[in-house]
Amino acid sequence: MANVKSNVKSPEGIAKCQTGIRGLDEITDGGIPKGRPTLVCGNAGCGKTLLAMEFLVRGAAQYNEPGVFMSFEESSEELAQNVASLGFDLNDLAARKKIYLDHVRIEPSEIEEAGEYDLEGLFIRLNHAIDSIGAKRVVLDTIESLFGGLTNENILRAELRRLFHWLKEKGVTAIITGERGEGTLTRHGLEEYVSDCVILLDNRVEGQISTRRLRIVKYRGSAHGTNEYPFLIDEKGISVLPITSIGLQHDVSTERISSGIPRLDTMLGGEGYYRGSSILISGTAGTGKTSIAAHFAKAACSRGERCLYFAFEEAPSQITRNMRSIGIDLEPWTKQGMLDIYAVRPTIYGLEMHLVKMYKLINEFKPKVVIIDPVTNLIAIGSDTEVKSMLSRLIDFLKANQITALFTNLSHASGPLELTEFGISSLMDTWLLLRDIEIGGERNRGLYILKSRGMAHSNQIREFLLTDKGIDLVDVYLGPAGVLTGAARISQEAKEKVAEIIHIEEIERKKRELERKRVAIESQITALRSEFEAAQEEVNKLTQQEEMQEKALAGDRTEMMRLRKADVSTKNQS
Amino acid sequence: MNKTTQTTREKSEKLQSEQDTWELRLYVAGQTPKSMTAFANLKKLCEEHLEGKYRIEVVDLMKNPQLAKGDQIIAIPTLVRKLPQPLKKIIGDLSNTERVLVGLDLRSLKQ
Repeated sequence: MANVKSNVKSPEGIAKCQTGIRGLDEITDGGIPKGRPTLVCGNAGCGKTLLAMEFLVRGAAQYNEPGVFMSFEESSEELAQNVASLGFDLNDLAARKKIYLDHVRIEPSEIEEAGEYDLEGLFIRLNHAIDSIGAKRVVLDTIESLFGGLTNENILRAELRRLFHWLKEKGVTAIITGERGEGTLTRHGLEEYVSDCVILLDNRVEGQISTRRLRIVKYRGSAHGTNEYPFLIDEKGISVLPITSIGLQHDVSTERISSGIPRLDTMLGGEGYYRGSSILISGTAGTGKTSIAAHFAKAACSRGERCLYFAFEEAPSQITRNMRSIGIDLEPWTKQGMLDIYAVRPTIYGLEMHLVKMYKLINEFKPKVVIIDPVTNLIAIGSDTEVKSMLSRLIDFLKANQITALFTNLSHASGPLELTEFGISSLMDTWLLLRDIEIGGERNRGLYILKSRGMAHSNQIREFLLTDKGIDLVDVYLGPAGVLTGAARISQEAKEKVAEIIHIEEIERKKRELERKRVAIESQITALRSEFEAAQEEVNKLTQQEEMQEKALAGDRTEMMRLRKADVSTKNQS
Repeated sequence: MNKTTQTTREKSEKLQSEQDTWELRLYVAGQTPKSMTAFANLKKLCEEHLEGKYRIEVVDLMKNPQLAKGDQIIAIPTLVRKLPQPLKKIIGDLSNTERVLVGLDLRSLKQ
């Protein structure tokens, strides 16, 4: 789409007429040549009549350009019935003089050719039809039927040449359909006469899956997409989806969005994924890929962003039920129209058609987050190159629209886990790997980030637990015994805990012992001190007694001396 | 009851007489040489094979283009045998008399 536009060199190109068919105007860079005939050819049942009819109906309804449908095959009633399923009300448009239906029936059995003739009758009819409603658009479907009804090919060819000339002079934009011939674009070489624009429709079956494709073979005087573009016919008509690789010019966002798992956000540089990045989650069966995807979907919806979930393995109700068991209720979001789970079996159509369908749904739903679960199932229906081309186009398309995409990838247990099926990992910005860790007779889930472009991310393995409240990431046991998870981790942790308790108790005991010692020593000190005090007291007492005796002695002596004064002989009595 | 039978018979008689008359319509587009030739050829042929029991109507599509749709006309000139049934169409300037006679089933009629 973008590369087509960028290729436009001459601004003064030819005048274009918008077909109104989704996508066709993009690849033709504005529509088919105005006032000129365009040839639409292809095999039976490839959608020629429908494309032509949609061109007329859209012209009448959207561009106010009435149109004439001249059918050489189906009657007006049949046509009206056939396109009613696409929501086109031909009878109403005919009644409002927006569309003029004319069925040209040629019955070879009732026609005899006798002499010279021309197709003036057809010209008059067409002219009358165009003038009666002021038509700007004309469809001839398919004029080659004339070759079946009339035998004089020389006259026919001359008249066809004149007809296309006349249409150009009349200034109507015409679509002429033609059945594809052997080795030629049309069975009777109509491309000789209509040379301005040729569109080829194709409906190929590969591996029992059919894909409709459209290609602009030629477009004189205009740039146009040259690829084969897949197209869809659904209840809204034709949509051609020019999904080419748009290159790597898209803007990148620095905005970060949560993965819905807080611990995972921490691992991803603390903030989660980049908006508009592509994320791959690979792992073997039952490692929890869908659960991570569901977390992301829920987180997106909670932020008020729409999420489109492509489920290629499970039905929407099954996903909802299963996710409820781990505490993620997606149902309210589905009801609010924030989440759309689109479940389809991958084998239902070809890879291109899946891409087209996804592209269409994304354009309609306008999500901010797209989940493809699992991308592996798509891989099963195409060849390596097809898958890679398809995915790169899808990723480019998503990135250009700033849509964050999460892909899950089922890897086989036998091969190395780091090997994605078709080297799609190089297309991814962030790659989470889920793996089973088998230790001590049990399997546990481990998660680590294999790569994450543009952010500092954790290189640690986290154990991944599915609880009834969602995913929980816990540290694995990293110790002398290696990486331990699950019960082994728990038992190892328990062992360590016991050892620690014992250790703490030991210290406590030692402390108490020391305290006891201290107390004992202190009491000893007290005892000694009191002993010492007792001794001191004794000494004091003795000293006192001594003093008293001395005093007493001194008193005695005085007394004696006093007494002796009276009688010296009393000295012996003392 | 009797009356209805009567009218039915009358109708069928009338139909019989109508079937005797050949109703031919020649579509042309203006006074082109081809149209003129076709009309002259037709006139001559009818006089020769259907004297007194034919009727020719010439429709000019230039004047009445809407009439082309009804008889599914694409080629000019076209001769349409409206009656007798079944409907027959002969396109061209009717210069190939043999083919016109075959086309109109007059070849067998003559024998």
